[in-house]
Amino acid sequence: MFDLTGKTALVTGASGGIGGAVAKALAGQGAKLALSGTRVAPLEALAGEIGEAAVLPCDLSDAEAVEALPKRAAEALGGVDILINNAGVTRDQLFMRMSDEDWARVIAVNLTSVMRLSRGVLRGMMKARWGRIVNISSVVGVTGNPGQANYAASKAGVIGMSKSLAQEVASRGVTVNCVAPGFIATAMTDALNEEQRGRILGGIPAGRMGSAEEIAAAVVYLASAEAAYVTGQTLHVNGGMAMI
Amino acid sequence: MSDIAERVKKIVVEHLSVDESKVTDNASFIDDLGADSLDTVELVMAFEEEFGIEIPDDAAETIQTYGDAVKFITANS
Repeated sequence: MFDLTGKTALVTGASGGIGGAVAKALAGQGAKLALSGTRVAPLEALAGEIGEAAVLPCDLSDAEAVEALPKRAAEALGGVDILINNAGVTRDQLFMRMSDEDWARVIAVNLTSVMRLSRGVLRGMMKARWGRIVNISSVVGVTGNPGQANYAASKAGVIGMSKSLAQEVASRGVTVNCVAPGFIATAMTDALNEEQRGRILGGIPAGRMGSAEEIAAAVVYLASAEAAYVTGQTLHVNGGMAMI
Repeated sequence: MSDIAERVKKIVVEHLSVDESKVTDNASFIDDLGADSLDTVELVMAFEEEFGIEIPDDAAETIQTYGDAVKFITANS
């Protein structure tokens, strides 16, 4: 099950914790990978670990670079069957103090780039009558979170965009879904102090943070042939912290 | 029939799975040939590839019939 032999996949934000785990999991199922991110060294290291993968550095706040990325990936892989929009940034700030720049940057990277990359890969997917777009949203896109109005808006936006696009392309064998992680142990959550950690864990019925591999497993499922009848959905992977 | 008309017809017949006899100059992709809006986008993409041309969105909107497509492509390729 979930065999991806012969499929090609572009993963953004592959230099991060979740993106790296997603890339490894897809490669583990046999997919050929293109890894995108801003930091070249971790991308190269990940490519080495996977064995064979194209490394395509890209700044997702740069519109031209974003437009070019699907083409670069298609050239490197011979096409893009699976797109994983995983890259994301935060610029947390209380709403009353949030600057236009904090807002615009998060929306540009987390939402607008997802639209542009999806648009860029669709032509090939429609022609192939097969395609998978999996967008990494977040539990806060559904629940909201103080200090993250920009991030939550971008992640909620991704869900709405995915549902709309899913309806447009379903008849062509292309599915569009989201995975919404809860609290996942990464470098970002390692920085929390004990008190913050305790408070967070208190709200998670599973009593622990999730792992990047647990997100990757959800992505692999949605990218697989077996998930062909699942589209426009958001799969929450959060240890029960929000049941939606 | 010109070479362009022939090639356009082939794309329409293949893409919309319609009988060649139905693809007349005035045949509307949507009203007569059973296309949905996504089909028309795909047809335009197929024309762009076949003829190596760029069909801007506002021009694409004016291509409603087989005849429109042949006329536009003849004028722009």
